[in-house]
Amino acid sequence: MSLLAYCEWLAATEGSIALHESMYMYPIVESTHVLALMLFVGFATILDLRLLGLILKRVPVSQVAERLLPWTIGGFVVMFITGVLLFYAIPVRTYQSIFFWAKVIFLILAAINVWLFHTRIFTRIAEWDHAVITPKAARRAGLASLVLWGAIIVAGRMIAYNWFDCDIQPQPAFVNWAAGCVVPPPTP
Amino acid sequence: MLLPFFQWCESLWLGQFVVGSLWLFPVIESVHLLALALLGGAVFIVDFRLLGLGLKDREVAEVARDARPWMIAGLIALILTGIPLFLSEPIKCYYSTAFWIKMTTLPIAVVFAFTVRWRVTVADAVRNTARRQQLVGALSMALWFTVAAAGRWIGFS
Repeated sequence: MSLLAYCEWLAATEGSIALHESMYMYPIVESTHVLALMLFVGFATILDLRLLGLILKRVPVSQVAERLLPWTIGGFVVMFITGVLLFYAIPVRTYQSIFFWAKVIFLILAAINVWLFHTRIFTRIAEWDHAVITPKAARRAGLASLVLWGAIIVAGRMIAYNWFDCDIQPQPAFVNWAAGCVVPPPTP
Repeated sequence: MLLPFFQWCESLWLGQFVVGSLWLFPVIESVHLLALALLGGAVFIVDFRLLGLGLKDREVAEVARDARPWMIAGLIALILTGIPLFLSEPIKCYYSTAFWIKMTTLPIAVVFAFTVRWRVTVADAVRNTARRQQLVGALSMALWFTVAAAGRWIGFS
């Protein structure tokens, strides 16, 4: 079964229809997604700004990271669950959204950035824990995180807009390819 | 009574400029969200500290002083982007309950942040019992969460 067929099956399930058509549940899930953003991206931003030497300069980087980490993980879990529910409510259109795919790519890049930070950079924290100006690699990771989470927010917000939807044709060939639109051949 | 004012707002060029563009509203809305994330971080890092969570090894005053410029920056960016968003649909806002909830809680949250909450964060520890700090932190979080949720809800009506 192709992923598109799976999304079509998902869209026909009772739960998906109920969530999509509900008067309050969908907005509640959407709002929770935004409130979790304030907390999760907010705290990630604080750590990034610390890595860039712009906030909490007298606080050791390890202290900022360790004290905030449980909350950023918690916030991310809430974001992920509500995000999956939002996809579940509108599976086919979201699957065929170029903004959704941009968001997925940015999320993977952000995950790689976190992984690199924790395996390559944070392991040598003892050398620069108290430094206001952190090493170049740490600053680069902080800046990359800021840019990527920003891009994820923007791409996520844009999913709501239908400029590049498959049912609005003609679209540029790239859009149809990236979104996986099934475009019927033009009738002669 | 306020309807004529909202009608006048609708006639302003800035709102019409936003309405006339396909991209402008979503782009301004995105910047509004980015600023919300910044505000969330700068506000909640202090509220968490007041609640005894997060950066609990540091003094409340230190966390609050360091977070303050970023909170103000986030707030300014939110207001500057919020105005054109509002001007693009004032009549819809006028009839939106969520809009009025937001416009009631927003000034309360701002005034609270710069008066009660600021004084509690910089005052010496002797005068600040833990319970009072916790109350202020919880109230601040509740206020900003309400502002954000009501703001998101304007889009659903």
